[in-house]
Amino acid sequence: MFDNLTRRVSAALGQIGGKKTLSEDNIAETLREVRLALLDADVALAVVQDFMDRIRQRAIGAEVGASLSPAQSFLKIVNEELVAVLGGASEGLDLNSQPPAVILLAGLQGAGKTTTAAKLGVWLKQRENKQVMLVSTDVYRPAAIQQLQTLAESAGLHFFASSIDQAPEQIAKDALQAAKRQFVDVLIVDTAGRLAIDDDMMQEISKLHGHLDPVETLFVVDAMTGQDAANTAKQFGEVLPLTGVVLTKADGDARGGAALSVRQVTGRPIKFIGQGETIEALELFHPDRIASRILGMGDVMSLIEEAEQKIDKDKATKLAKKIQKGRNFDLSDFRDQIQQMNNMGGLTGMLDKLPGMGNMAETAKARVDQQNFGQLEAMINSMTPKERSFPDLISGSRKRRIARGSGTEIQDVNRLLKQHKQMQKMMKKLGKKGGMTNMMRGLGGMMNQGGRPF
Amino acid sequence: MDNVADQATQGKPGLFARLKQGLAKTRRGFSEQVTALFLGAKVIDQTLLDSIETLLITSDFGVSVTKGVIDRLTQQVERKDLSDAMALKNALRAHLLGLLQNTSSELTLDGPGPQVILMVGVNGAGKTTTAGKLAHHFKQQNRSVLLAAGDTFRAAAVEQLKTWGERNDVAVIAQHTGADSASVIFDALAAAKSRAFDVLIADTAGRLQNKKNLMQELEKIVRVIRRQDETAPHSVLLVIDATTGQNAIAQAQAFMTDVEVTGLVLTKLDGTAKGGVVFALTEALGLPIHFVGIGEALDDLKPFDAELFVDAILQGAD
Repeated sequence: MFDNLTRRVSAALGQIGGKKTLSEDNIAETLREVRLALLDADVALAVVQDFMDRIRQRAIGAEVGASLSPAQSFLKIVNEELVAVLGGASEGLDLNSQPPAVILLAGLQGAGKTTTAAKLGVWLKQRENKQVMLVSTDVYRPAAIQQLQTLAESAGLHFFASSIDQAPEQIAKDALQAAKRQFVDVLIVDTAGRLAIDDDMMQEISKLHGHLDPVETLFVVDAMTGQDAANTAKQFGEVLPLTGVVLTKADGDARGGAALSVRQVTGRPIKFIGQGETIEALELFHPDRIASRILGMGDVMSLIEEAEQKIDKDKATKLAKKIQKGRNFDLSDFRDQIQQMNNMGGLTGMLDKLPGMGNMAETAKARVDQQNFGQLEAMINSMTPKERSFPDLISGSRKRRIARGSGTEIQDVNRLLKQHKQMQKMMKKLGKKGGMTNMMRGLGGMMNQGGRPF
Repeated sequence: MDNVADQATQGKPGLFARLKQGLAKTRRGFSEQVTALFLGAKVIDQTLLDSIETLLITSDFGVSVTKGVIDRLTQQVERKDLSDAMALKNALRAHLLGLLQNTSSELTLDGPGPQVILMVGVNGAGKTTTAGKLAHHFKQQNRSVLLAAGDTFRAAAVEQLKTWGERNDVAVIAQHTGADSASVIFDALAAAKSRAFDVLIADTAGRLQNKKNLMQELEKIVRVIRRQDETAPHSVLLVIDATTGQNAIAQAQAFMTDVEVTGLVLTKLDGTAKGGVVFALTEALGLPIHFVGIGEALDDLKPFDAELFVDAILQGAD
């Protein structure tokens, strides 16, 4: 429904033509597009309205720069404002207090508090060289205590054992005592998931907070949360003096509007984001990355990081060198690239992260689906090594053989050869740049295959 | 301290009352708004329509569904089909019900041999809890139930399911954490067959739908189960957290691609989240919603009833 924000904003701003500044009149339609983008990203309605006011004020009268199109100027403002609202880059935790510094985690059921407790412990141990103790006051969810214990043990963190026949308050007091006795630097207190409207449970956590006097009280929220993020954050914030937010499951493909809602409603910084299933997968929050994701403008940083992790560096370097030396990008190189892309979850997975591609219509996505690449690979596999190095050799009869061998049609082979030619041209042009750049641009080339409409 | 779940099973109120109670708690804010909305407005004007739009958006209906509903209401108003605010409210109710058409269907299990239910969903949606509650549900129907601890990844997930097993007096087939999920479920099916259980409920690890390798693991689980029983799994329940926003649609689409999802369970409806994404889900995908989760107790899993659901949303609007 919502495709490409950049394109739609461009269309909406198209009519401003020669005018040099943005005005109330010429941005009305554009503001609507942005509003829809934000709602689509699950930013809470009240927060959206607030945010749109800020944008309107900043945008009106803004000059359209010479180097940027009106749409780009406008989106730059939106992006800057979004980053501003989301807050600066995270500075981590403020643990300046007499040890043990206590960190209290709070949130709804299934937000990821227990996992976050362990991840935070590991983060503090590894980055800050702290002695960390974990304790669970979750006496409600079956095996919640055991879950934290298992995680603590596997990460080599201290664990204060508790049991479900104890009162959470008592557990907290005892754990604090133990943390003092054992001279640990940080005590991380996991709590049961609770609904903000459950008065008894909210009172319980308020009491826990009173006993523990934590230096950090972190609200843990799932990045996939919808409109309710604002309500819940507000209610938790009323009961607990929150000091920060942890955004979990940010490695999913949710646009993460909850981040903006929670940031705005609590007024507290987002300190960490959970980025995966492993215990090290916790990162300091970078507002710029979430901003572009909320706007559906892709998360190029994550893509590049993923590429760095998953791409076979040797092959990539070899290819880059080869091209730099002015040698041809042949069909076996093409095949390597297809395989590397499959390693990164296929084109669809990557497209989601690319600017403007995040909301590409499903049908378009389906067209460039895995299968297509399987086919390309099969065709290249059906060629002789000589044909792969010198594609110009491939005559009509060879094409027939390749098509038969790969279970495709001659037209498919033709298309493959055409695509390869295009990429070859591009590679030549970009030959002087670095390996990774080549790789990324090359991929861009593949997406434009056969003049398809995106 | 007693377990919350055990406490709550004592003195059960009736199903209808419980669902209504659960939903009423949830929807107090919503209903009050709706009431105020319709009582305050004698005539239908743009402000009233805007307020309905706000309500739908803040309930996670999503831009597209909200626009659809508002457009249809606007048309009816323009055609003068709707004379006053109450008529508008009734039309709204009808539209919402229309969107949920064919969505409430009972989870029927009536084949020969153990009926296999596979629980799937993202992390923290409530799969294990729902598996435990489902075991209770089927036991109430006098069916014999076996649980399979297929979440071999998350720490203590096996123990969590075992606790639910004890609460229900239901056996749990489990291996250690880190074992192969497909093999646990395969063994459980073998056990269910040889001991002639009626229902096998297989839990699985939570997985985000954009993790290709984890989604492929689900495909493998299904493949392996089918070696024993070609008709299994008889139902694949996608568990969706009611607090989830529009990403629920992406979740459903992805899970449907990798395994044949047969129905939904909407959990955590006892919170302030409205669960409106269900409307977007059913419109887009046409999946039945079998159950809703409305609390932490054993019997806090209720068959989904579209009328009850919509009425609870609009409750008190008269």
